[in-house]
Amino acid sequence: MNFTLKIWRQKDAKSKGAFETYKVENISADTSFLEMLDILNNNLIHEGKEPVAFDHDCREGICGMCSLHIDGHAHGPSQGATTCQIYMRKFKDGATITIEPWRSAAFPVIKDLVVNRSAYDQILQAGGFISVRTNSVPDANAILIPKADADEAMDAAACIGCGACAATCKNGSAMLFVAARVSSLAKLPQGRVEGARRAKAMVAKMDELGFGNCTNTGACQAECPKQISIAHIARLNREFLSAKFED
Amino acid sequence: MSCFLSNSSLGKKLVMSVTGCFLVLFILFHMSMNVTAIISPEGYNMICEFLGANWYALAGTVVLALGVVVHFIYAIVLTLNNYRARGSQRYAVTVQEPGVAWASKNMLVLGVIVLLGMALHLYNFWAKMQLVEIMGGHTNSLGLAVTDGAALIAYTFSQWYYVVLYLIWFAALWFHLTHGVWSMFQTVGWANDTWYPRLKCIANVVASIVFLGFAAVVLVYFFCPCIAGAC
Repeated sequence: MNFTLKIWRQKDAKSKGAFETYKVENISADTSFLEMLDILNNNLIHEGKEPVAFDHDCREGICGMCSLHIDGHAHGPSQGATTCQIYMRKFKDGATITIEPWRSAAFPVIKDLVVNRSAYDQILQAGGFISVRTNSVPDANAILIPKADADEAMDAAACIGCGACAATCKNGSAMLFVAARVSSLAKLPQGRVEGARRAKAMVAKMDELGFGNCTNTGACQAECPKQISIAHIARLNREFLSAKFED
Repeated sequence: MSCFLSNSSLGKKLVMSVTGCFLVLFILFHMSMNVTAIISPEGYNMICEFLGANWYALAGTVVLALGVVVHFIYAIVLTLNNYRARGSQRYAVTVQEPGVAWASKNMLVLGVIVLLGMALHLYNFWAKMQLVEIMGGHTNSLGLAVTDGAALIAYTFSQWYYVVLYLIWFAALWFHLTHGVWSMFQTVGWANDTWYPRLKCIANVVASIVFLGFAAVVLVYFFCPCIAGAC
């Protein structure tokens, strides 16, 4: 397969970027999207040109490092998949593919397609944890948790913090990420204890870092590679508002 | 408390939700009064008399105006925040994500159309009814009694351009409500995956009832003023 790639190139955070067009040829349909970029970079290196910088790590959809905006979709055209889980057979032979970095004021571009997502780490540090002693392993059945609650907590915990929600949201809102983190802990007895403090601290940090306000468009859940539901946003709203009214 | 309602993103959204809910309830109330004008113009005029320049009607008007002002100011503040949060560099390629309603992404534009329509409506009706009464008058600039709402409706909607403008206004309101009504439940946290289809259905039903109720009065008075008893 042959492709024309329009890729955002930006030297560093302060430089002005622009699109550059590249051709890749003889790509197998079973090549992953990131492997296709590896092939492009290999060609660029052989030509003595600067390779395209992009984030990646596990390449199996669990680390949340890959973060490309492909043809208007965060993580490309497949639903429920990260960029690394997309294969070139998803595209038409001869297609022109536009690849952009996440666009959000809270995720500034560092270089080419790499953005700084440390804002999500800061939100987590503000309250996305439980305060327990972690020495010996507790007995598995010491705390009984209803299966439905455990399932819902796990659905929320599937969030990999990739930033696709804020990158997709027309308001640059991080609500789906914050909601997933708050929800995954709020549904479990170990996390319930600090529920009120967590919701307030994480929302305050989210606001402080300049993320936008959720207007319930639902675009985040449509593009989330882990298909996390905005029902978790409703739970975050409940958690936050009840915590504030209890103050 | 006042702090989180003006400082926090979720607090500001709560204000949008509560004022929005209040305005939806008012619109339903207003629409049911309007429909009376089709069934019984005399009955409608009795309502107009009841809601003249009395203390309760004036208090209601002030609270209502406050609701509109707060809803609109918060909408502007939130939208400016969101614009900043999106960043100066926009995507070159954008798509409509599956399952995302057009109205949900255009609430401010729709809201501005609703507000402009409201300004026209206040000029057409309020300024010729309650305002005249507040100023101590009994007949308006058209020579109609301030409590003769039915005649004012008949006069206004005998002009085709007002019919068109009002229908555009109601259509914008329909779109605004299809997103706004279910969204206010989501914002206060009263929603989940089971209830989303139900809430969205309720929103569509409320929006459609409001549209049909308001549009019926305009169309009936335009096409058959005699049926409405206003000729």
